[in-house]
Amino acid sequence: MSAAFRTVFGSLDDYRKGSIELVKGDARHYAFSNVFEVASQSAAYEKVVVGLNLGYVIEVLRAEGRSPWFHCAHDEFAICMDGEVRIDFLKLDAPLREGEGTELAGEQPLGKPMGYVLLKRGHQALLPAGCAYRFESPRPGVLLQQTIKGPLSVEKWADICLK
Amino acid sequence: MAMLETPEPTRTFALDEVEASQPDSVTGYRSFRLGAFTLSRDEYFARVEWPAKGQLRSHLIPADAFLRAMMRDVAWGFFYGWVNFDAVIGTRNHYGKVDLYAGTFNGVLKEAGVDYIEQFETPKIMATFKAILRDWTNAGFDPFAAPEETGSAFGRKHGDNIEAIERFRIATRRMPGLPDDSPLRDDLPVNRQFADVPQDEPEVHAAEGFEGELHAINLFKYLSRSDVTWNPSVSSVCKASLFCPTTEEFILPVFHGNDRIEWFLQLSDEIIWDVGDKDDGTPRARLTMRAGDIAAMPADIRHQGYSTKRSMLLVWENATPNLPQRYESGELKPYPVDF
Repeated sequence: MSAAFRTVFGSLDDYRKGSIELVKGDARHYAFSNVFEVASQSAAYEKVVVGLNLGYVIEVLRAEGRSPWFHCAHDEFAICMDGEVRIDFLKLDAPLREGEGTELAGEQPLGKPMGYVLLKRGHQALLPAGCAYRFESPRPGVLLQQTIKGPLSVEKWADICLK
Repeated sequence: MAMLETPEPTRTFALDEVEASQPDSVTGYRSFRLGAFTLSRDEYFARVEWPAKGQLRSHLIPADAFLRAMMRDVAWGFFYGWVNFDAVIGTRNHYGKVDLYAGTFNGVLKEAGVDYIEQFETPKIMATFKAILRDWTNAGFDPFAAPEETGSAFGRKHGDNIEAIERFRIATRRMPGLPDDSPLRDDLPVNRQFADVPQDEPEVHAAEGFEGELHAINLFKYLSRSDVTWNPSVSSVCKASLFCPTTEEFILPVFHGNDRIEWFLQLSDEIIWDVGDKDDGTPRARLTMRAGDIAAMPADIRHQGYSTKRSMLLVWENATPNLPQRYESGELKPYPVDF
């Protein structure tokens, strides 16, 4: 009888960063980082760019406490990689129509509450264009965001990547 | 397949242009001509022949590896850039036309001048590849599955497995599970190697009047029910930014040389990537990626992954159309960031 398969996921408290065995070239060209390590070194809801493809980004956010309200002129997506995150949504009276990337929606944006979703590890939510959304997490967690580079995107490749 | 969905501008299939022989009297398999190439198979090997330097050249690939590679090339519609079946044979997608080559992206063969490359209209090469897959895939062999999950590709022709090679192509416009978008996989079983992956759905609490406007899914559950290996499929679309997660087991059946940068984010377990020069195949690096690791695959390399346990991988593509020319002209660097 063989042992059952165990699927290994990462978390803030338990991750094992991989490696590059270089034959030739420059290890930096692979921009290799680990999202849990990045989140462990980030401020709450700092949007750290871990993937950049001609303006499109993957950002890692440390989910801890309550975030500001964000909004965006296009669809974005969030995937919970660790912990439990609540996302509240507002249908904005004056939705953002132009621009790219996430922007702050202000202290108390005007709009109608649309409800909320509760994400656990592996869960993915649509962050629809023109809505405001806010993250909340009772204990530290990790979010991935699929979006476009915006005014809140933080690039610090030299701090996060294998060299 | 990891492309943006666009209406097909032209015919995509040319069954009448397939040049197939009668079944061989001993093995039962047909052979196929594609321009100056001949493709045939026997009990163990696929054989590819082409002319160079006034001689007929040939190359053998084990039938199982060949069919796994061809399955991906067909399912992906020739994908992005170069799909190397091995160090000699492969295709390059020009999005409407496709090159089939032998040795052209192998440093030694190219240098010796014994390589050959020929371009085909996509419908003709697609129809021929599909006909090869239909004829050469025997009953009990699923070229989309990992070796432990399926039977043998070897032996003389015995039956077929049309169902396995004609799997319904999933096209996602925004996110799976939305109305009028690709379905979730609740009717597919959880793969044996993901039996421990939680199957709970996110809680969605829509306020009155906003029912159906909030959307969330369990992505890891969705992946745990993938019935194929090494098949990037779109799960979220932010303009030209495509998240294309897939489940991986055994070896990526092709050595993919992209015509643009792509990124890998390991969602579970571990994959080792062999990375070589895109043009001549010489080794450059070997990356070990574990859960949470993210890395770019530069536009001037080819890569092939190894995954012992079935693992979850997020492949991230930029589907902007004019990127190959911008990388080839040198306007864009082959790697994503300087630091």
